[in-house]
Amino acid sequence: MAMSVELPALEQIAEQVTAAPRGTAVTRLSRHAWPMLGLVLPVGLALGWELAVWLGLSSGRLVPPPSRVIVTILELARSGELTRHVVATLSRVGLGFALGVVAGTLLGAVSGYWSLARRLLDPTVQALRAIPSIAWVPLFILWLGIFETSKVALIAVGVFFPVYLGVMGAILSVDRKIVEVGRIFRLSGPAMIRRILLPAVLPAYVVSLRVGLGLGWMFVVAAEFMGASEGLGYLLIDGQQLGKPAQIVAAIVIFAILGKTTDWLIEIATAPLLRWQDAFGHERGA
Amino acid sequence: MLALERVGKTYPNGVEALARFSSEIAEGEIVAIIGGSGCGKSTLLRAIAGLDRASTGTVTLDDEAIAAPHAKIGIIFQEPRLLPWLSVADNIGFGLADLPAEQRRHKIAQALARVGLADKAAAWPRELSGGQAQRVAIARALVPQPEVLLLDEPFSALDAFTRRDLQDHLLDLWADTRPTLILVTHDVDEAVVLADRVLVMRPRPGRLFDQIEINLARPRDRNSPLFETFKRSVLASLDRSLDRSVPDREAALGPGQAMWW
Repeated sequence: MAMSVELPALEQIAEQVTAAPRGTAVTRLSRHAWPMLGLVLPVGLALGWELAVWLGLSSGRLVPPPSRVIVTILELARSGELTRHVVATLSRVGLGFALGVVAGTLLGAVSGYWSLARRLLDPTVQALRAIPSIAWVPLFILWLGIFETSKVALIAVGVFFPVYLGVMGAILSVDRKIVEVGRIFRLSGPAMIRRILLPAVLPAYVVSLRVGLGLGWMFVVAAEFMGASEGLGYLLIDGQQLGKPAQIVAAIVIFAILGKTTDWLIEIATAPLLRWQDAFGHERGA
Repeated sequence: MLALERVGKTYPNGVEALARFSSEIAEGEIVAIIGGSGCGKSTLLRAIAGLDRASTGTVTLDDEAIAAPHAKIGIIFQEPRLLPWLSVADNIGFGLADLPAEQRRHKIAQALARVGLADKAAAWPRELSGGQAQRVAIARALVPQPEVLLLDEPFSALDAFTRRDLQDHLLDLWADTRPTLILVTHDVDEAVVLADRVLVMRPRPGRLFDQIEINLARPRDRNSPLFETFKRSVLASLDRSLDRSVPDREAALGPGQAMWW
């Protein structure tokens, strides 16, 4: 008799257990559906333009339809040209980014940690920062020549400033209360840096790396405009001079893909280190 | 024994936060320091912790002068001050970096169980409630087994229920190793429920005004008439400490000597 009383209760529990996965399935759907929403506008526009050219509403000579851009990219890829240009651009960005990050991190850390260095160094750096970096181009060409060195230097300058500012600002804004915890546990100087300052600075540092990388991609175009014989920037200039808009758009698309991919790589590489963050974006699933 | 001898602190801007504070605190004693705002009670605690140097006078623990943070002295702040990038377990083990991993893990597990948070070992600090976070802070301070534990208004940011719960829990933990506790508070109830002795301070400049022994057996019943009597006498002393016409009793007495009654 008692069994018949308990049975409905068991059924209820079973129902709750099966209900749980159903709830997560819904959230999984919305998690994948939301980014898709962002594709509606660009894909819609591209398809619309493709259709307009196909219907003969426009010749698509100045604004090439997506199919023609894709064909251009495929042709470039087949001839091996694409790899050559991408490698040239990537190696310039990579080298310039590395130099800019190393210099920005070192000087930023010194200025952030040591107030005498900040008094000495920071006003000069801030004054240099006020100069539009493209203004350096003629000087860099005079000093470093027209080839790789001046290009890498320009990219490094672009990357340097956001990283420098990011590192210095982050060190200066480390919570004094957290530093006091380190003092209470009698951490030595290096231990204080490793166990308190570095983790505290990391989120802002990652942001500054990403901003720096974005500027690196911006400056590589400027660098490749000043007389390059290969690279995506060269493809742009070449497309303009020979009247090949599809090649220009193709280069722009590849820039977008490379920029987004490298940014995403930084994000992926640092994500495990930043899991602890209590950020607004995490809660919203954005 | 912790000896405070004519400890004074004048800040660089000329404000005298603390003047001639003398007291002796026995091993295992629980002392509450209470007083109006600006009476220098936090300044005093920071001087004992070695976080700020006293301008005059000396702090000595077992005949050793304290001028910098010391292994035998732990502190719990008003905020938990957990490191957000470490899990709860790693936060508790923060002061045990020198121990071998196995021993450290054992101590952390023990401490977690002791503060009732064994299931939170892998959680991030942001996932804890205010009371849980303060428990972790208590565990972090206690796990290196300090001889003296300083508490700077440790429960003032918590709601009344959690506060009572943690006060009882603190006494419970204290009974394990009986460290000296020095508690700064502005809560008379808290002072009377925890302390063996209440030091009343008065402001401008911060100095010792009065001390009251709480001769009540533990655990203390917050609703007993005797408890009320002690609370009233602390309150009365606090009132007089703010009355400028009443002279300092401390000035006439040596440290730890006759009481006002």
